[in-house]
Amino acid sequence: MCGIVGLHLKNQELHPRLGELLAPMLDCMTSRGPDSAGLALYRESADAVRCSLRSDEPIDWVLLGEQLATDLEVPVDVERFETGAVLSAAADEAALHAALRRIVPEVVLVGHGRAIEVFKDVGAPREICERYGIAKRSGFQGIGHTRMATESAVTTDHSHPFAPASDLALVHNGSFSNPASVRRRLEYHGVRFVTDNDSEVAARYIARQIAGGADLGDALRMVLKELDGFFTLLVATGTQFAVLRDSFACKPAVIAETADYVAVASEYHALAELPGIGEATVFEPTPEEVYTWTR
Amino acid sequence: MDPLSCAELSTREVNAALAALPDGASARIVEPWGRHNLAVGLTNRIAVGIEGNAGYYIGGLCDGPDITVDGFVGWSVGENLMSGSVRIRGNASECAGASAHGGTIVIHGDASSRAGISLKGGTVLVGGDVGHMSGFMAQAGVLLVGGDAGDALGDSLYETVIYVAGRIASLGSDARIEELTADDVLTVKQLAEYAGFDHIDPENVKRVASARQLYNFDALKDQRY
Repeated sequence: MCGIVGLHLKNQELHPRLGELLAPMLDCMTSRGPDSAGLALYRESADAVRCSLRSDEPIDWVLLGEQLATDLEVPVDVERFETGAVLSAAADEAALHAALRRIVPEVVLVGHGRAIEVFKDVGAPREICERYGIAKRSGFQGIGHTRMATESAVTTDHSHPFAPASDLALVHNGSFSNPASVRRRLEYHGVRFVTDNDSEVAARYIARQIAGGADLGDALRMVLKELDGFFTLLVATGTQFAVLRDSFACKPAVIAETADYVAVASEYHALAELPGIGEATVFEPTPEEVYTWTR
Repeated sequence: MDPLSCAELSTREVNAALAALPDGASARIVEPWGRHNLAVGLTNRIAVGIEGNAGYYIGGLCDGPDITVDGFVGWSVGENLMSGSVRIRGNASECAGASAHGGTIVIHGDASSRAGISLKGGTVLVGGDVGHMSGFMAQAGVLLVGGDAGDALGDSLYETVIYVAGRIASLGSDARIEELTADDVLTVKQLAEYAGFDHIDPENVKRVASARQLYNFDALKDQRY
């Protein structure tokens, strides 16, 4: 079992409240996934590209920022956490990644892009939200996950979201039954994996479809053809927010839509305290139907 | 008694307060906010009103009470109900009335997939539509659908009878449409009246039952002891 939550804010006035609204939704889903949790939050794209980084070894993130600034000849902004940091710079994304690999090859890139920031960790969802100050963060959309591991280890790298491509993030409730064969095909085409988690296969599969020119809706329709198993997927990009359930729809999902937002959760009580929920259209996503919302 | 507020009480406290009531009493549950497991396992003949949207397993395992929800409910409402009733004045999520042995579950709105799954003698009355695989492996009892039914209706059906007023997307394995008898018409008329569904014409429903090609109830057949 796992819990998923997501919020796509249509009304700009709610953007400053993204984290404040999303953190209690994630906390509410602790009963479905108490072992680890994570969020991908999206805010307005500036010129900067951002990298969400994590390391098991102690890293002097401020020093790293200075090294990168010298290397790339642009100012680098650093937000530090206990075991990671978000770096942002008005730099070329590929150049920033190359510099990171050269200077700190041991650091894990957990998310990157112009809009996205990824925060994930092992532990109780509420503590993770406090650790990363989620309630104070703003943005136009976010997706989150509470994990109860059933098929691979409980580590930060195995926790969701999986954000393998620029501004792409995925959270998954369920289990795939053919991830190994899909993974072999992706590896044959040069895709590299960080974990043995089945959800990472789905994330990298979608990333490859998008890299090949598909929009998010097309990529999810390909998931229906290629990936077998139980899933409710919540996937976001810099412009889109999408939900998909498998043909059996054994994994729950509830969507609430108002003029101001689209909210998704595994269970309704995670949505029950959102503003205006009483007037929302509340429905269960139909199996095999791709739901997308675009900014 | 004072209304039981989910904002102040734990689920166990709500259910313990309900279980302590004498037969004939009534209780209100307010601010349910999607709370799971409300009014479960009650064996007293009381009336319970839940004022708002509730979560999973509402009224599950009950043997006696009459429960009404003014709102929608999550998965498995009335799961394993033994007797009494659960009435939902809204929509229900998946597996409504799963494995209910007796009693009646009334859903005024739509039910989702797997409504009446593994029904064991209970009655599930849905005013609106039901989703895919409803009535899956249902063994005894009745499922009445006032709207349309999704794919694979009545897959691997045993002796439950399903009546559908609207369209059936597809039948599951070993389910077939049978001729409506006068007894069926009377049954549907009585059930629709009980539920308060005035949009169902009892003479114009489809009767879905098992073709009995996939199971054999003769436990002694071909057995050696």
